[in-house]
Amino acid sequence: MRWRKHTNRIIGFLVLLPSIVLVGIFVYGFIGRTVWASLSDWGQDPAQALALDPVTRFVGLDNYRQLFTGVIDGRFRQDMVSTLFFTVFFIAGCLLVGLLLAILIDHKPKGEGLFRGVFLFPFALSFVVTGTIWRWLLQPNGGVNRLPELVGLPRGEFAWLTSKRQIWRFDWNDLSVWLPLVLAAALAAMALAAFRAGRRRRGALALAGTALLGIAAVLGRSVTLLPFPEQHGFNLAFIGIVLAAVWQMAGYTMALYLAGLSGIPEELREAAITEGAGGWALYTRIILPLMAPITLSAMIVLGHISLKIFDLVFAMAGPDNSWTDVPALLMYITTFRGNQFAKGAAIGVILLLLVAVIIVPYLRWQLREGSRE
Amino acid sequence: MMRRVWLSAVLGALFLAGAPARAQEKLEIFSWWAGDEGPALKALIDQYAAKYPTIEVVNSTVTGGSGVNARAVLKTRMLGGDPPDSFQVHAGQELIGTWVVANRMEDLTPLFKSEGWMAKYPPGLFRLLSAQGGIWSVPVNIHRSNVMWYVPANLDKWGVGPPSSWDQFLATCKTLQGKGLAHPLALGENWTYVHLWESVALGVLGPDGWAALWSGKMKFTDPMAVKVWDTFGKVLACANPDASGLSWQQAVDRMLKGEAAFNIMGDWAAGYMATTLKLAPGHGFGWTASPGTGGVFMMLSDSFGLPKGVKHRDAALKWLKLLGSREGQDTFNPLKGSIAARLDSDPLKYNAYLQSAAKDWKSDRVVGSLAHGAVAPESFGSQFGTVMEIYLAGMNAQAAASAAQAIADQVRLGK
Repeated sequence: MRWRKHTNRIIGFLVLLPSIVLVGIFVYGFIGRTVWASLSDWGQDPAQALALDPVTRFVGLDNYRQLFTGVIDGRFRQDMVSTLFFTVFFIAGCLLVGLLLAILIDHKPKGEGLFRGVFLFPFALSFVVTGTIWRWLLQPNGGVNRLPELVGLPRGEFAWLTSKRQIWRFDWNDLSVWLPLVLAAALAAMALAAFRAGRRRRGALALAGTALLGIAAVLGRSVTLLPFPEQHGFNLAFIGIVLAAVWQMAGYTMALYLAGLSGIPEELREAAITEGAGGWALYTRIILPLMAPITLSAMIVLGHISLKIFDLVFAMAGPDNSWTDVPALLMYITTFRGNQFAKGAAIGVILLLLVAVIIVPYLRWQLREGSRE
Repeated sequence: MMRRVWLSAVLGALFLAGAPARAQEKLEIFSWWAGDEGPALKALIDQYAAKYPTIEVVNSTVTGGSGVNARAVLKTRMLGGDPPDSFQVHAGQELIGTWVVANRMEDLTPLFKSEGWMAKYPPGLFRLLSAQGGIWSVPVNIHRSNVMWYVPANLDKWGVGPPSSWDQFLATCKTLQGKGLAHPLALGENWTYVHLWESVALGVLGPDGWAALWSGKMKFTDPMAVKVWDTFGKVLACANPDASGLSWQQAVDRMLKGEAAFNIMGDWAAGYMATTLKLAPGHGFGWTASPGTGGVFMMLSDSFGLPKGVKHRDAALKWLKLLGSREGQDTFNPLKGSIAARLDSDPLKYNAYLQSAAKDWKSDRVVGSLAHGAVAPESFGSQFGTVMEIYLAGMNAQAAASAAQAIADQVRLGK
């Protein structure tokens, strides 16, 4: 009997081995290779950039330092700001529209199946197709801008993807103060929550972190990131891209919420209604709190899509429209046009870290939930 | 090293799986000529096939304007140790700064000597093609970058003539704006800004100053070079504000429709107007050198080179011989809408615009284009867009000049 168990384990291991090896090489091996490249000067010397056996030097974090504080990498910094705004608006848009559609369909209107299909359909398209369609719709002289004419209003004037306007501008140099402050505020909130929940040790740790970051913010005032002021902000050209992305992914969040809504037992709703909860209270007090895990999952999925977004922007605005640039596009251009392989690798690593910040805590949480069950 | 081993292992496996057992001689040509330019390439390939019927020609085309996608694919292949037998590349620094300095190309000087080509091309072209004591590619065609287009009848109507310096241009612009033409200059998407900039820079700096900029003798922060940005800003004030949403063709259309008076674009615009729109050169549209650049021919050229370690070197050399020959160039260029790089092409095969360009090509001073890869390596050219953004964001000439110099230092321009 014990022998059987043993062979089972060996067979299990052997079956898994090929995928372990392949994933090890083609995922983790290449991540390692990219990180290594990002710490080198590969591409700075044109004679070595595309040589058959490039000789590169180890330069430590110099590529990263340049990206965040170098004179000529302002485009990367704007891309980071843009991707942040894009992520926030994209996630918020998808959640709101998805939830609204799900609630509407959950009321079982006539032709419920049809509507469900219609709303889910854009999700079946590829981003390139979506991008091409919306590129046409958002031409400044046609499409969406002409809609008001149908009801006799003057046509829209917004330039959409070709807009060069920027709002909510701030100086990149101020980040050395603001970033620690924002993080400190977040940690302080965590500390408060932990103390309330009676978890002292965790609360104390968070409080210590808050204090440290507060000191960092004070020190940050004397740090100059750039030798000159550099304004970044939200490019209005992104509105069009958010629109297209929400159009595509809202159906997906709708499907997630629908699954969640149908999982709420009918008795619960009836009980709430008998207790006197009206339509609004039923949703805000009972149903939405129950949807929290779904909202979290949706945020994770949408968040990593938006951080890595490439194809939609490429199809909608092309790689050269700097007003709609995102880090993934810049990585491609830096690497394959500019031959700056090390810098391109550094952008790639930064993207990986950003996504990891979202994904890893979620995976850990999922694993813990799984083992509890 | 690891990367190469892996890539060749993967490619090798694919090759073994897919290759037919037939051992026929082959030639793989890598280019970005598809669509409008496809027929010209096909005519060349047909000519090659008629000459060497035993060689099978594989036409690997990666589409995408001016080769942005093709170059990315090419880099992956070259890094993977799988070079195509011959690839298209903009003649000059785009080839030299990327591939020659990396020691990946064969010197073609022996080919030029044995074919007697040294006397058949203008000496100014050899200056742009050569580096490290060698000639690195065979130019097939020549396009001109510094051309200003207009509609003669429209200019008569407004009572202005084509300006011959940028100062005159700005004065003409004022006059036209006074007559209700809000944006006398038609401009298109991002890269056409750089295209306009190089005409302004050539006009302000002159051919010697322009050359000094790229050899590193003149810094971008030099007061003259900063002045280029100032002039550029004034010129931009004459252009349409919605430029970044227009393709270069749409910008040309505006000029033709009389919504603008002038357009500065390379002479593929002549191909668009003459072939696609069926306008008569000289009547439907007119041209002159862009302001301040008369007597100077800012060229760009598509060329083919020979990478080291290709599989079918003999067939590739035969291809290059055809490309450099008079018959090859006179087959290709009338279809492509460009002129032959050779000085002895047959003018009767070309339309009126191309004949005039060919005449200038023989007599003018030849300089290279920035926007199209002749004078600066890719590492500079691809980042010049950032400089343009810095300028457009703040209209600050000094900031743009400093950024340009920072990039020039980083990529070791002119070294």
